[in-house]
Amino acid sequence: MTTTIRPLLLGDVHVGNEVPSLSYDVTATTVVLGAFGGRDWRPMHHDHQFAVERNGVRDIFLNTTAQAGFFERFVTDWTGPTGRLGRLGFAMRSPVFPGETMQIRGTVTAVDTDDTGCGWVELDFVLSVDGAPRSTGGARVAVPTTPDDNPWARRGERWKP
Amino acid sequence: MTDTTVPDSVASMIGVLQYEEEAEFPVERGYFWNYCSAAENGNPLFWDDEVAAELTGGPVAPPSMLSAWFRPHHWAPGRDEPKVPLQVHFDMKEAFGLPEAIMSDYVMTFYDPVRPGDRITGGQKLVSVSDVKSARVGTGRFWVIDVEYRNQDGDLVGVETWTGFGYRKPDQVHEAVR
Repeated sequence: MTTTIRPLLLGDVHVGNEVPSLSYDVTATTVVLGAFGGRDWRPMHHDHQFAVERNGVRDIFLNTTAQAGFFERFVTDWTGPTGRLGRLGFAMRSPVFPGETMQIRGTVTAVDTDDTGCGWVELDFVLSVDGAPRSTGGARVAVPTTPDDNPWARRGERWKP
Repeated sequence: MTDTTVPDSVASMIGVLQYEEEAEFPVERGYFWNYCSAAENGNPLFWDDEVAAELTGGPVAPPSMLSAWFRPHHWAPGRDEPKVPLQVHFDMKEAFGLPEAIMSDYVMTFYDPVRPGDRITGGQKLVSVSDVKSARVGTGRFWVIDVEYRNQDGDLVGVETWTGFGYRKPDQVHEAVR
């Protein structure tokens, strides 16, 4: 590869490592952009009155695709572009509203190489507001084992997410 | 509710791909940027053609926007009512007469990259149904549904796994399913 970006390599990562945290001030625009970016047109993600009167919450709130987008960014800000997500999962326990500052923190839970030679890192993450968890989840991401390795080149039986 | 068995009509659905349907539009690159912009995701893979060419042989979609390709337009000619996503979830509510439901967990598994111009087809598969369980919100059943996404060549590009809990509140003995 000729990219000048120094990728995170499997050997750089160890169980217990903390992933650099991501802090973000959520606005109404954040909520609307996140919902429409994922083609979620449901009104509780753009219509304040609907959210309050029909959902019984205090404002519009981040939808699934908005949170997924932030979780993907959280992982690949750390790995760089050679990091290739194999799996991403989460549960939204309580809503995230405009005016709140969300913080995503993560910890490496496993580092492994599969039987095809693909390097995998697994991590758990928590999205919290003022220290209180709102969503929890995990990711499995392939990272290069050497500077010349490229997880994106894997197909078929050589890709086991 | 004391029934812990799964009726044959539901058991026969387990593992069967249903509601296969092609997305309403081909994958387009403008959506990549909208999605990345929403999370301020500056991954050069989605913004820099040279990086995309070098790493992936050309542009690819952000993996986590998998479901976006299959979400219907808010309106389309000839459509009087919005389409219901994840129909199997509503089938389960109906089958068990459970008026309420929540989604408890969501996992995406990513296979071949999604690329501009791809025509994505989605299909839903009931994976499992639990016995009757009691939770904080009420009594009901958990079910797991996979949504499989394939491109125009039939290659698997991703699977969404949803865990739902259909339930009845303690005071909701005879309320109709909705």
